[in-house]
Amino acid sequence: MASNTRSKTMVLLLFVQLCFLLFSSSIAFSPGSAEGYTINGRVKIESMGAQEFILPGKISNIKIILNGGQRVTFLRPDGYFSFHNVPAGTHLIEVDAIGYFFSPVRVDYYEIREPFSIMSIVKSPMGLMMGFMLIVVFLMPKLMENVDPEEMRRAQEEMRNQGVPTLASLLPGAGRSS
Amino acid sequence: MGMAIRVFFVLLLFISCTKLSFSLYEDQVGLMDWHQQYIGKVKHAVFHTQKTGRKRVLVSTEENVVASLDLRHGEIFWRHVLGPNDVIDGLDIALGKYVITLSSDGTLLRAWNLPDGQMVWEALLEGSKSSKSILKVPVTLKVEKDNVILVFGKGVLHAVSSSDGEVLWRKDFVAESVEVQHISQSSQGDVIYAVGFVDFSNLHVYQINAKNGELLKAPSAAFLGGIFGDLLSVSSNVFAVLDGTRSSIATINVHDGEISYQETLIADLVKDSSAKAVILPSRISGMFALELNSLLILIKVTDNGKLVVVDKVTNVAALSDALLISEEQNAFALVQHGGSKIQLTVKGGYDWNTDLLKESIVMDPERGNVNKIFINNYLRTDRSHGFRALIVMEDHSLLLVQQGAIVWSREDGLASVVDVVTSELPVEKVGVSVAKVEQNLFEWLKGHLLKLKGTLMLASPEDVVAIQALRLRSSEKSKMTRDHNGFRKLLIVLTRAGKLFALHTGDGRVVWSVLLLSLRKSDACEHPVSLNLYQWQVPHHHAMDENPSVLVIGRCRPILDAPSFISFVDTYTGKELNSLDLVQSVTQVIPLPYTDSTEQRLHLLIDINQQAYLYPKTPEAIGILQNEFSNVYWYSVDADNGVIKGHALKSSCVHEVVDEYCFNSRDLWSVVFPPESENIIATVTRKSNEVVHTQAKVMAEQDVMYKYISRNLLFVATVAPKARGEIGTATPEESWLVVYIIDTVTGRILHRMAHHGSQGPVHAVFSENWVVYHYFNLRAHRYEMSVIEIYDQSRADNKDVWKLVLGKHNLTSPISSYSRPEVISKSQSYFFTHSVKTIAVTSTAKGITSKQLLIGTIGNQVLALDKRYLDPRRSVNPTQAEKEEGIIPLTDSLPIMSQSYITHSLKVEGLRGVVTVPAKLESTTLVFAYGVDLFFTRMAPSRTYDSLTEDFSYALLLITIVALIAAIFVTWVLSERKELQEKWR
Repeated sequence: MASNTRSKTMVLLLFVQLCFLLFSSSIAFSPGSAEGYTINGRVKIESMGAQEFILPGKISNIKIILNGGQRVTFLRPDGYFSFHNVPAGTHLIEVDAIGYFFSPVRVDYYEIREPFSIMSIVKSPMGLMMGFMLIVVFLMPKLMENVDPEEMRRAQEEMRNQGVPTLASLLPGAGRSS
Repeated sequence: MGMAIRVFFVLLLFISCTKLSFSLYEDQVGLMDWHQQYIGKVKHAVFHTQKTGRKRVLVSTEENVVASLDLRHGEIFWRHVLGPNDVIDGLDIALGKYVITLSSDGTLLRAWNLPDGQMVWEALLEGSKSSKSILKVPVTLKVEKDNVILVFGKGVLHAVSSSDGEVLWRKDFVAESVEVQHISQSSQGDVIYAVGFVDFSNLHVYQINAKNGELLKAPSAAFLGGIFGDLLSVSSNVFAVLDGTRSSIATINVHDGEISYQETLIADLVKDSSAKAVILPSRISGMFALELNSLLILIKVTDNGKLVVVDKVTNVAALSDALLISEEQNAFALVQHGGSKIQLTVKGGYDWNTDLLKESIVMDPERGNVNKIFINNYLRTDRSHGFRALIVMEDHSLLLVQQGAIVWSREDGLASVVDVVTSELPVEKVGVSVAKVEQNLFEWLKGHLLKLKGTLMLASPEDVVAIQALRLRSSEKSKMTRDHNGFRKLLIVLTRAGKLFALHTGDGRVVWSVLLLSLRKSDACEHPVSLNLYQWQVPHHHAMDENPSVLVIGRCRPILDAPSFISFVDTYTGKELNSLDLVQSVTQVIPLPYTDSTEQRLHLLIDINQQAYLYPKTPEAIGILQNEFSNVYWYSVDADNGVIKGHALKSSCVHEVVDEYCFNSRDLWSVVFPPESENIIATVTRKSNEVVHTQAKVMAEQDVMYKYISRNLLFVATVAPKARGEIGTATPEESWLVVYIIDTVTGRILHRMAHHGSQGPVHAVFSENWVVYHYFNLRAHRYEMSVIEIYDQSRADNKDVWKLVLGKHNLTSPISSYSRPEVISKSQSYFFTHSVKTIAVTSTAKGITSKQLLIGTIGNQVLALDKRYLDPRRSVNPTQAEKEEGIIPLTDSLPIMSQSYITHSLKVEGLRGVVTVPAKLESTTLVFAYGVDLFFTRMAPSRTYDSLTEDFSYALLLITIVALIAAIFVTWVLSERKELQEKWR
């Protein structure tokens, strides 16, 4: 049997403008809300013939449902809605409006891959190793230059007297025994 | 004669033109369905009674509903059901035109347009620490000509513009680690006080500039004894709180940024103060109420901080907040119980001895105690103050009381239905003759002519109304007796408040209601929980002299091992026949398929230790059970540990003495799901009272398949641990859904199937030999529905006629789970557009009628979907034979037709369940959907093939017959004449 009293054709137009806004810095300090993206959208219902998109008074009973009832929100007079503090991932938005069919809208949000930057390379282990090598290659000769030539000679003489420094002699305490 | 035949054919054609439609006509709405709207137990209420315009009361409820009710009749102007996690913390009116709600732990602030309920703005208020949520709408506070709403939530105080929801300033209290308990405004309006405690011992009063949120002063004071409970504001700068030992009251005075407090021992105020005192949260200006030993003590705080006992009142049920009735005067209401009446007293805040109002109102004892009261005043014609009170009762009903009488009442307990069973109505004892019903032949004919006009679409709007009224009258749908077709029944519903209602299926009216004594809050049972209903006694042989009864199961606390209680209620009268407080817990109730001589059904109540207790406790019942001792099996599902176990009865248990009505059980089998890979999220079994007409399913080309029909099948769905969360939290790679069909007698797994990349929530329904389930496919990112059908292969060779003739068939072999029949299962999956809240299936008296699935959609409607769409034998190009059999070509998604919503243009807000009950008429099934709203209808999945529809036009039939006779007569005369002429020729 089943039933219906509505016979007029239903025109629907769901226009969801999905913009993902990273929350303002105020939230970044609060560790409790690590999740924090906003889904903004708009529901447009094309009324018969008229250019106006929203039927005033009729939209007060339209509900927007996130992920099968996890959250429910309502439309503002201009047809916009928003879900706050949505975690990254894939979400499903459904519109519950009696007399209209809306296809569920899929929303994907992935973590933004960090853009290329010099700092990220510098910070990586390879970058650090490279940096160290550069320091050794370019800065060490400079340092040597600054050393007093006499002191340098003395140090070289000392090294010659001791012969080739062994590992044992470099160790603390080993020098006393020799 | 030829002409007569022609006339007959024309008429036949004419009749067939008025063909029966599959769906409902507009004028049939409300004929066999009814819809009731509720809101749930009221938490907050704000009156809006200005001189002009409609008077209304705004309410928010425990079902997360915000609604505007007509103060005159209690009807709903508008209503919004918020999400299940969006609990409302506060409600108020701003600017005289917006309803403000604070919800989701003080993070969502919404403004609704007062006349039509349109949401105007929504603001997200963020904070990081969970805290008390406070909503305050000061009347005078303005920042740059903008009225301000003060909201405290998640440890942050926000000032929000009431015109557009913009946050004007915020003050974070997270760093101070203070528990703010009160927000108030100084009398000048430029300073906001936030009063709170640190570690329950240090009082802090933050004084904040109302214009910009700047902290002006923050004096503090230490309470060495600590505090108990919440701080109560007595006036704008005086507060009262109990100390940690609950033996003294501290009154705190904040003046010019200085805190002064003094403690008064309760023993000094009241002589007998041994009991633990509680300060009631009602704000009655200049005073506060202390509850001690079920005695209410009203204490006034004098200007110098001294406490004076004003009055001691007994039997107080509820106390309202103070209401400003004039510039100077406050009033508050007090309700006392006294027998079958309640006493409503309205007192002025300053003059204690005179009552502004004292009324006693007769109250139905089945409504229980008064839980809450809200008052509102109006000016009488003689310029004196009149009061009306909105009362919330223990059974969650809502009443408006004015001038000593109940103006209207709403049964809002029905918004929280827990369980439903049906009961037959009494048998009609005196036969009613047809002549008596159809009083007057002329009237009868007139009515049918009117109906004929309706079918021929000639009826004027007045006629349509007349037809509607006629139909309602003739259907006798609200009669209190059984009808021939079994359409009239009683729906027995159990609500969360512990009240049992009997609703008539004809018009949905409450026939009787009873607040079960054992389900009421008492000292022994602080938080009783209503659990389930079972049909205890359904008399057939004794239908004339025995009344049917139901078994109600409840539990003392919302934990599994809490002691339980059972109650037996007569379904004709609503009288509680018997009630028992059990020592043991009840985790499971098994209605056995045996009845005793009084047609009481045997029930086994299983406790947490898997001991079974037999009810009724009669020797006869023991005897019946002993005969069937080895045939009783049951299973238990431990979803937390992922174990499903099968049990059977073993021996009588021995406590101190041998309890012959108690049995130990033995474990027969267990299925363990490894918790690191599979978690149980859904288990579904067949309805125990389902009737299956035939085991055989005739296919195309004279082929037969045998359905594997067993009552002991369990559908289990498990998901990967990562996929347990909400949609979108797991990737397709790390989530899977595995479904099993398990025989609950032997533990044998008949079917196992994995859906990779899918996750829950799983909603399923099991009927006959098939199960249909709904889940989410992460790869396709769509919902899917799958069907599994199980067929018995061991009977497949019975198709051979010779075997049948020679008697070499196994059709007579008993069906047993232990015989391990060879089964095959077929499965198919389809996309389904919507989220689903619940799935049910139609059930009919003999199980002949084809089935339809009833899908409770996310939009709170019930969609009927023919089971033929979920047939594993569907293929893209069905053969001619298959087409004849009625197999629909395969499509990737299931169709949703707007005509197949059985709730047509209505919504069952907060839909939680759909129950189907067979009518006596095989083609028809009764459908009851419940949530915050209730909806009932009658449907015929294969049309009413076994009866004439109510629309059948007897007048048309009569006219046809008359016309035929006339035609025969005319043609006979004509032919006679022609014959005569021929003879004359």
